[in-house]
Amino acid sequence: MGIYKNKRKITHTPDGYELMTLESGPVEYDFNWHLGAYWSKFLAEMRDNKRFMGVKCPECDRVFIPPREVCGRCYVAMNEWVEVGEEGELQGFTVVRFPYIDPNTGGLMQVPYTAVWITLDGADTRFMHFCDEHDESKLDVGMRLRAVWEDEPRPTSIHAVRYFEKIE
Amino acid sequence: MGNRVGVIGVGQTHHAAKRLDASGVELIAEAVTRALDDAELTIDQIDAVVIGNMDHFENINYVDMWATDGLGSFMKPVFKVTTGGTTGTTVGMCGYYHAASGLFDVVLAVGWEKNSESDTQAAIATCANPVLERDPFAGAIGPLATEYSMYMKAYGATEEDAALVATRDRNNALNNPYAHNRMACTVEDVMSSPMLSYPIKFLDMCPRSDGACAVIFASEEKAKRLCPRPAWVHASVVRHDYTHFGDLEWQWMPTLERGSAAAYKIAGITDPLKQFDVAELYLPASTCGVKWMDSLWFCDKGGAPELIRKNTFGMDGVLPINPSGGVISTNPIGATALIRVGEAAWQIMGKAGDRQVPDVNKALATGFGGCSWSDIMILGADLP
Repeated sequence: MGIYKNKRKITHTPDGYELMTLESGPVEYDFNWHLGAYWSKFLAEMRDNKRFMGVKCPECDRVFIPPREVCGRCYVAMNEWVEVGEEGELQGFTVVRFPYIDPNTGGLMQVPYTAVWITLDGADTRFMHFCDEHDESKLDVGMRLRAVWEDEPRPTSIHAVRYFEKIE
Repeated sequence: MGNRVGVIGVGQTHHAAKRLDASGVELIAEAVTRALDDAELTIDQIDAVVIGNMDHFENINYVDMWATDGLGSFMKPVFKVTTGGTTGTTVGMCGYYHAASGLFDVVLAVGWEKNSESDTQAAIATCANPVLERDPFAGAIGPLATEYSMYMKAYGATEEDAALVATRDRNNALNNPYAHNRMACTVEDVMSSPMLSYPIKFLDMCPRSDGACAVIFASEEKAKRLCPRPAWVHASVVRHDYTHFGDLEWQWMPTLERGSAAAYKIAGITDPLKQFDVAELYLPASTCGVKWMDSLWFCDKGGAPELIRKNTFGMDGVLPINPSGGVISTNPIGATALIRVGEAAWQIMGKAGDRQVPDVNKALATGFGGCSWSDIMILGADLP
């Protein structure tokens, strides 16, 4: 089955009809994500108080950023909130140079941008965010970064932090 | 422990960037028909069917419903499974579980995708937490690029090491008539190709493809009766490890490390580099072909670059990896991991054509998805 044979470009069916592609046209539908108690507090603290609140596992002692109710490894509830630093260590990075469609907006992502994984001081897991340095030769795993907070009114999202900058 | 099960037939489409000649269901029929031909079976001999893809690539739900005709599942029990990049191996494992349970004798497992029907990268980005992680997450390539930045720093691996992997897989694909990208390529070609997401360049990264793959699993008695040389399933292991991307120990690949260790134990593998004759690995970028070799226990941590530079994994090396050209040559996502299982089975059955490795007794196949989880299947010529 199939009329495809070894990469030959085919534009018509064997009996002469043109092969068709039907475009959907623009498609838009909205979602409403319910953040629950832990992510709501996390984002409110970033927006209103410019600080990062994590939670500590009573069994393994890991401090998680972002916070969540259950430690997946130990499967116990976490109720001890811990403020972690706005500075941290760069654990890994990539400078994204190819544009692709942003699923949040439908528009193209603005490139280049630098995605970073940072271990904030006092946290055991990494926070994903952005860095304003877009030259990979000027970034090094292990270097120190600091949060640059957005001006008020800050959005209720991780964009309450504009980006992380290098601590020279 | 389930009953013994063997692969008795494999089929795949000719994969391409765009299969404009075929709808999704026609693509599925192409793979199923070829698998039935390979096993010399008719659709009436199939007892149950498993199918999988990622709905959000085509934005059409319920493939188990609309593909019934081409899938050959009319009035048969059918399961649909979807697990991201590992969908193909999940489909294969689900087929294996069906046959190993003793409830079904001959099971058809099918993975497929038409990635040309949407923006693959945007669809993949929807797997990241929409509130906390989606914005800085650059589809599949972002975390892969970032983990290699960590590995280079920790062990002195280089971008050229990754380019060696890319040239190996891409040149291997020249021997595979089904491969999407078939191009002779040098380290210089890879290094001078456009930077997608530092340190991953265009020729380091997998394409998005249209294609389908079908694999037929059979219980021991049926497999012996129907197939002269089945590829027996020796181990099938899954490990998941995701809550948030930042939780993962990206300096390693813990799911692959623990999953492969568990699979090796089941299959009696103590020296994987010597005991396997071939491996078909889900390496979505050439960088994974460096870093993840540590996680498969081929060497101590940090030892992979030296193995790569010594051509350990070339067609004439100690353990040929990806004779098919691998994922960076062909990537219809819901089928990609099942192609690894199918190609590994063909290597054991002696049906791999120009890409055949001589005298294959044991083969390793993996799936990767998420981020960042691992499926491991071990196939063998001898009964487990």
